[in-house]
Amino acid sequence: MHSVWKTSIRFTIVTTLLLGLGYPLAVTGIARALFPRKAAGSLILKDGRVIGSELLAQSFTADRYFHPRPSAAGNGYDATNSGGSNLAQSNKALVERIQGSIDKLSAENPGTPVPIDLVTASGSGLDPDITPDAAFFQAPRIARARDLSQDRVRQLIQQHITGRQLGLLGEPRVNVLDLNMALDKLTK
Amino acid sequence: MSANGWLQFGLYCLVLLATVRPVGAYLARVFEGERTWLDPVLRPIERLIYRLSGVNASEEMNWREYAFAMLGFSAVSLFVTYLIERLQAHLPFNPQGIAAVGPDLAWNTAASFTTNTNWQFYTPETTMSYLTEMAGLATHNFFSAAVGMVTALALIRGIKRTASATIGNFWVDTTRTLLYVLLPASLVYALLLVAQGVPQNLHAYTTAHPLEAPAQTQTIAQGPVASQEAIKMLGTNGGGFFNANSAHPFENPTPFSNFLQILSIFIIPAGFTYTLGRMTGSPGHGWAVLAAMFILFAAGFTAIYWAESQPHPLIHGAAQSRTLTAPGGNMEGKEVRNGIAESALFATITTDASCGAVNAMHDSFTPLGGMVVLTNIMLGEVVFGGVGAGLYGILIFVVLSVFIAGLMVGRTPEYLGKKIESYDVKMSMLYVLIFPLIILTLTAAFLLSPTIGLPALTNQGPHGLTEILYAFTSAVGNNGSAFAGLNAAVNPTTLWWYDVVMGWAMLGGRFLMAIPVFALAGNLAMKKSVPPSPGTFPVNTSLFTLLLVGVILILGALTFFPALSLGPILEHLLLKAGQVF
Repeated sequence: MHSVWKTSIRFTIVTTLLLGLGYPLAVTGIARALFPRKAAGSLILKDGRVIGSELLAQSFTADRYFHPRPSAAGNGYDATNSGGSNLAQSNKALVERIQGSIDKLSAENPGTPVPIDLVTASGSGLDPDITPDAAFFQAPRIARARDLSQDRVRQLIQQHITGRQLGLLGEPRVNVLDLNMALDKLTK
Repeated sequence: MSANGWLQFGLYCLVLLATVRPVGAYLARVFEGERTWLDPVLRPIERLIYRLSGVNASEEMNWREYAFAMLGFSAVSLFVTYLIERLQAHLPFNPQGIAAVGPDLAWNTAASFTTNTNWQFYTPETTMSYLTEMAGLATHNFFSAAVGMVTALALIRGIKRTASATIGNFWVDTTRTLLYVLLPASLVYALLLVAQGVPQNLHAYTTAHPLEAPAQTQTIAQGPVASQEAIKMLGTNGGGFFNANSAHPFENPTPFSNFLQILSIFIIPAGFTYTLGRMTGSPGHGWAVLAAMFILFAAGFTAIYWAESQPHPLIHGAAQSRTLTAPGGNMEGKEVRNGIAESALFATITTDASCGAVNAMHDSFTPLGGMVVLTNIMLGEVVFGGVGAGLYGILIFVVLSVFIAGLMVGRTPEYLGKKIESYDVKMSMLYVLIFPLIILTLTAAFLLSPTIGLPALTNQGPHGLTEILYAFTSAVGNNGSAFAGLNAAVNPTTLWWYDVVMGWAMLGGRFLMAIPVFALAGNLAMKKSVPPSPGTFPVNTSLFTLLLVGVILILGALTFFPALSLGPILEHLLLKAGQVF
């Protein structure tokens, strides 16, 4: 028995050094050499300042920008407190929240059903994407706010659709931050 | 449901199937101590580890010594993780200056990661330093995966050896599993993940100034994510670097990274069936077991994919049907890049295995989708299952299947040349009964306590019952996924009870269930081999596969059906009738 404890302690120390420090530090070094931008969080710089990460949603509420999906991360889009709403389908609060958002959004684009992803909170609260349908749904509002033709806005959306990876995996999507930056360039 | 969704499922199955033989054969080589192509690099490190830890590599252990070594190692490494959590404020790699983890949470988390559960009662971004993540938690992702694998290996040796008092050397098996399987695979895999966009750095968190409101800030949590992500999936651990786990775009940025993640959950458990067939000299048996796993896997995916594609019955004015450019269905708690198909597939796989990583929030699944996810865990996580744990779990069901077949024809059952006798069946039944006993007792106790159990609920009505049932099923099953609305941090009393009791539940689900497996392994190893006779029930046929599926379903359904009918089934019926809570 004595030797079991002694071996356990020594084995734990040795393997912790190897797997708990050696391995992650080696990956960190190689990753920084091979993929420096991605290893640092795919940050986007504008005028020398970090405006966000390409991979993470951030808040947009003005009419002139495309809006991301609702966020349950912290007080919204909190990238230190990721998570979903965890509301059940049978939770009254969820049904009321979704129905409320639908009624509000319907006013800006009457007669068109609201794409469901635009009124449901994502799993991470940081989903950077919306479906192409959800982008097109917002086109009339953007066109009005920016004094652009709807066709021009729709064309811009079309250019920013990311298809399925390898033509097969995942779902078609539009990165909201990318699209909004392109929008800013367009009307500058 | 869409053709593309089924195509993704089909592709997944094909790729997984293609890995079974090479992975299984490699595992067998490592376990048998044969030479591998990594030997020139790793053999010196392996010898160094033995020397530094004082291991005599040629020593053989009987099942009690083997089990004691496993328990000793787990206890010591649990304690080390507890210490790191408690002391993290004074240790390096803590650029955010995160304070020490409280004692009950540190206990819960240490138990959780030691048992391969990775249940998380905390928000990692603001609770754990980088050192705790790397040396406290990610190490356990390696350790607990290796422990699961060598436990299965011990059982395979028990079946294989005849008239033998010993089943191998725990330290050698563990070292070889870590060095030749988990470490090199994780290294390559982590870099693939970085290439897809998973961060890997030791920086403090980044302050960003959002495009619309530069005067405000968004703090972006970072860290050594990729290195932890790799072993989190490969070792079927499932503990997220971030709170949102694999739903977080930093953990799982693209559909391809998602594909890699679900593949890496099943790759070792699937390969292990081939290892079983090869090491016991009955390859057909390995394939028959794999077939049973595939049947239950496909059934689970079909059910969840269907359920999650349904529109919400009480919501009007939204486009909830699939279009060419939107998946429709139940998108609450799901990410656009994954859509419904990849979310359903991930949920099926993570609960079939004892992984517990999530790329969508199970608590927001439809009642029936959530029920199937929960049922997967309740079946004992034997559908591929956790690394090693899935194999020894299903072998218990195999022993019971063979026993039941023996009862039907009135002969002493045999399994791969070993007579299955009363001691073996007792140990198997012990394994099968400990699981629901702990789950149902603790669920009932917490449900009946308005001051301790119920304040943690986010959702009321039958779904609230499911939240608590899910928590204990996940803990004892060492899964670690959650109906994450269960929030114990509402008051100190609730938090203390959940932290402490679930910590013990996880240890029970791991170690109380592993000990009968070692006992079975030791007992089988001591037996002589008997040649097959005309009365032997063959274990490499489709009849055997179907019997095995039946035994798994009947045991799971009989045990848990009453609880499920009070939770998700009732919720489904009430929701259909327009009742919300």
